[in-house]
Amino acid sequence: MNKTLNPKAWYFVIPVFALVAFNAVVPLMTVVNYSFQETFGSNVFQWEGTRWFKEILHSERFHASLGRQFIFTFIILLIQLPLGIAIALTMPKKGWGVPVCLILMSMPLLIPWNVVGAMWNIFALPDIGFLGNSLNSIGFDYNFTQQSGDAWFTTILMDVWHWTSLVVLLSYAGLNSIQPAYYQAAEIDGASRWDIFRYIELPKMKKVLTLAILLRFMDSFMIYTEPFVLTGGGPGNATNFLSLDLVKMALGQFDLGPAAAMSLIYFLIVLLMCWVFYSLMMKDEGRT
Amino acid sequence: MKKIKWVVPTFYIIFLMLPIYWLLNMSFKSTTEIINVYSLWPQDFTLDNYKTIFTDSTWYMGYVNSITYTVFNTIISVSAALPAAYAFSRYKFLGDKHLFFWLLTNRMAPPAVFALPFFQFYSSVNLFDTHVAIALSHCLFNIPLAVWILEGFMSAVPKELDETAYVDGYSFPKFFFKIFIPTIAAGIGITMFFCFMFSWVELLLAKTLTATIAKPIAAIMTRTSSTSGYELGLLAAAGSLTIIPGAVVIYFVRNYIAKGFAMGRV
Repeated sequence: MNKTLNPKAWYFVIPVFALVAFNAVVPLMTVVNYSFQETFGSNVFQWEGTRWFKEILHSERFHASLGRQFIFTFIILLIQLPLGIAIALTMPKKGWGVPVCLILMSMPLLIPWNVVGAMWNIFALPDIGFLGNSLNSIGFDYNFTQQSGDAWFTTILMDVWHWTSLVVLLSYAGLNSIQPAYYQAAEIDGASRWDIFRYIELPKMKKVLTLAILLRFMDSFMIYTEPFVLTGGGPGNATNFLSLDLVKMALGQFDLGPAAAMSLIYFLIVLLMCWVFYSLMMKDEGRT
Repeated sequence: MKKIKWVVPTFYIIFLMLPIYWLLNMSFKSTTEIINVYSLWPQDFTLDNYKTIFTDSTWYMGYVNSITYTVFNTIISVSAALPAAYAFSRYKFLGDKHLFFWLLTNRMAPPAVFALPFFQFYSSVNLFDTHVAIALSHCLFNIPLAVWILEGFMSAVPKELDETAYVDGYSFPKFFFKIFIPTIAAGIGITMFFCFMFSWVELLLAKTLTATIAKPIAAIMTRTSSTSGYELGLLAAAGSLTIIPGAVVIYFVRNYIAKGFAMGRV
């Protein structure tokens, strides 16, 4: 759509700008402020320059949790995107099946995150949980509180359970926006099912999939509450993701300086990744 | 081929329902039964867990608090985002692209980063432990999302609609409220759904910004389970109840979801 130049449009944006700035600028400046100082409590601060940043960037602990975070995000994107698209493709297009599917599939999205964690905890417990008990009774040695592989498996399964529906809903929206004429044309041309998917459905879903990837990337990169309740980062440090580590540092050990520096580095990484995604996808959109 | 199509969604839904069923199952058992007997359904069916929640005000007020700030946040987010999304979808103005991206960056800010400064900030403006504080703080991630979704829906409405209305002598406010908002009603429905959802499920900020008066149910759950031992049955009942408001909201927007998702066709 060609937009007209209108400087007065700024007035429309002011409420949003004010509300977000109110929430974003002051706390962000506080974090920046902490990141350059050392505190010994009771509001005594000492200038430390870039010491915390250097320390964090060289700390093994940070590298380890960052690595875990990337692996986790990569795995869940790899599972949730194809799975979500597959479910959206096979979902009923009309009739009573539509509301039933939509309502049931949206359920996990509307459960508070700590309840999700608690629910999966009791679901996966090796003695009284359905998942844990079933796996053990068919011969797997499963115990997510003690074996790090099992903890990873449970955390990933929980995230797939929790968030795949978002991809489904968005893909379904994209699929529904395709006009029947495209399918008719494809039929006349004798296109295979794969061709229809590759050359009609996938390009038409691009915008919603962009949104899905961005949302899933951001949220999985910031995941905190669910693993905190499910595993608490354990066993050991096996599922100690970035957010968990950060909160442990900031509130557990009260190392405000290093925690603030880590927050900023963390935020910058998310920002950079999203900017790359965003501009890649917007560039594509501009060309077609 | 057509016949086996429903297999994938069916299995997916079964997978989704299993943990929820397990939670419900536990909520009807007493804690001793949960720990001592493994069974697929309650052997000794009891409603005691729910009775405790509905008679103890520290429990049920948690639900009231959570719903209050969630509704409040949804209203603020959507009403602020409406004009902004209109501006982004219709006009070019100084710094529009940067502003749009800046808004999105706030959706990317990890709440863990902001928890402590938020606590200090809201305490200093005397909003600590109020519903307003949580509603406002959730704007941080809900407004960007609302702007983004609404902008998508508004861009799908052809610009000729605006122009025809002006030719017909509509003033801008009259056009906006009488014609434009009804046109994108489905989009607004979906946006409200997403705002409600993200505000309802968020815990870290809600917990950090409250002490007693406005404490959300999710935070009450974590506290009670740690002080009075590990009351699994009570925890399961409280958890099951948190699913209800979400289910109600989905039920109401279900037509909007179906209709709204078809909006892209316009």
